[in-house]
Amino acid sequence: MAESNQRRTNQGTSTGEIALSVRIITPIVLGILTIALWEFAVRYWQIPKFIIPAPSMIAEALFKDRTVLALSFWSTLKITVAAFCIAAILGISVAVLFVQSKLFEIGLFPYAVILQVTPVVAIAPFILIWVGLDHVERALLILATIVAFFPILSNTTLGLKSVDHNLRNLFDLYGASRFQRLKELEFPSSLPFMLGGLKISGGLALIGAVVAEFVAGSGTDNGLAWRIVESANRLDIPRMFAALLLLSILGISIFFGLSFVENLLLHKWHESAVRREN
Amino acid sequence: MARDEVPTQVATHPPPSKPGGRRRPLIKLSGISKTYRGGTLALSEVDLTVGDGEFVSLLGPSGCGKSTLLRLIAGLGGVSGGTIDWPQSQYDSRGEPIRDLGFVFQEPTLMPWATVFNNIYLPLKLSGVSRTDASPRIDEIIQMVGLEKFADSYPRQLSGGMKMRVSIARALVVKPRILLLDEPFAALDEITRFRLNNDLLTLWQAQKWTVIFVTHSVFESVYLSNRIVVMSARPGRIIADLPIAAPYPRGESFRMSTAYNDFCRTTSSELARAMAGIDEDEH
Repeated sequence: MAESNQRRTNQGTSTGEIALSVRIITPIVLGILTIALWEFAVRYWQIPKFIIPAPSMIAEALFKDRTVLALSFWSTLKITVAAFCIAAILGISVAVLFVQSKLFEIGLFPYAVILQVTPVVAIAPFILIWVGLDHVERALLILATIVAFFPILSNTTLGLKSVDHNLRNLFDLYGASRFQRLKELEFPSSLPFMLGGLKISGGLALIGAVVAEFVAGSGTDNGLAWRIVESANRLDIPRMFAALLLLSILGISIFFGLSFVENLLLHKWHESAVRREN
Repeated sequence: MARDEVPTQVATHPPPSKPGGRRRPLIKLSGISKTYRGGTLALSEVDLTVGDGEFVSLLGPSGCGKSTLLRLIAGLGGVSGGTIDWPQSQYDSRGEPIRDLGFVFQEPTLMPWATVFNNIYLPLKLSGVSRTDASPRIDEIIQMVGLEKFADSYPRQLSGGMKMRVSIARALVVKPRILLLDEPFAALDEITRFRLNNDLLTLWQAQKWTVIFVTHSVFESVYLSNRIVVMSARPGRIIADLPIAAPYPRGESFRMSTAYNDFCRTTSSELARAMAGIDEDEH
């Protein structure tokens, strides 16, 4: 009797699944330890704050400069989200065009690749001169969009083409129109691919915005990257770290936001989001 | 009172007939050939008339073009030669026959993102029927294939046999006059297969559609059909047209009967003839 009880409790804990609480607590504890060690090291060796500021000083800068940092955060957030949305709409539309007409794809795809492989830092000066002199945020938006566009395009195109052949036959059989085929078959089939592309592009839109801000490096812009450049020039290293911290938070939020959407859309049917039952 | 000879006329439903005989012809294939782009001749000079209410099995070795033939009948892909007539059907403005058929593929071919209900709704949705209007019909067909509890399930939650039921339900939801099945049960275990065979027969007797059933199983074709068309490979052509004049409903007793054995023997020998030229280069 005791033996069977023993076995049962063993079964409960040895399933190989790590409890959610452990998954959450472990990284938090590790983070707190690192910060404590950092704080201790800076104080112990008396490292000057213009080399590495203590976490407490970063927190202080974050609080002291909250207005200007919040404005910068808002500025970068706006550019990133706008660029991501434009890239998504453009990427998905062009992918749909590609699938409707082979000629489109043959003609346009090489240029999409060129746009993708040319480093955004190299394009940035041109865009800044053409549109950015008076409206630097427009230049930032264009640059971030260029960076975010390609993964959405290529993934969605691949997805739209990966439709099950028998399902295509089925739609032929019932005389589906082009629009019906797109809406009922190609779009849902490509959803997992599309969401994968969107997830990559979410991060890239932020990177694009930051790189563009660095290149723009002046004037009317006041995003987080510009805040980093500006703080570095003033040797205000704690504020630099504070801006960096906010950038990370922004990136993490975008990633989790998109993962959440992905899970929401796929969890009922797609293998990637479905829990294995063995 | 075991009878060794093939039973002749028995009171059956539907009444037995000579192949393509007294029934009003529903589909008339004349001189059908099909050449694939690579130059492979898949079908050569196939003549076949399928009458109203028949249950015809197309039986043959793999590569004999039976699936190709079924797809041509469904209008998936064009013929390279010959004509397919639909004597009882109307033709649309482009001269295409209004085929009025349901097709069941070898794989269940369900949309993984849609529930059982929505998968079955698809053909009606594509022809513009609203969900509200379609709902009673879909509920009825779901009940017919015994999946009431699974209407809101996704395909990944179903077993192979259940998926096939959904696939059949989807083909039947439009109330087709003719049902085309392309080795629908080939991937299922034998127990599930027998059960689905029986269900299919029950539905067929109740609904009185015409069925064309592609299979490579002698036993399955004899059990199900009232006519077996045996095809040979390379190029695919019809080499025998056998009536299976046994009464419906058929059940386990038919499977045990001498008549069933005799039909199987005849069919097997025809199939052996069909395979005669190809068994060396098949493997």
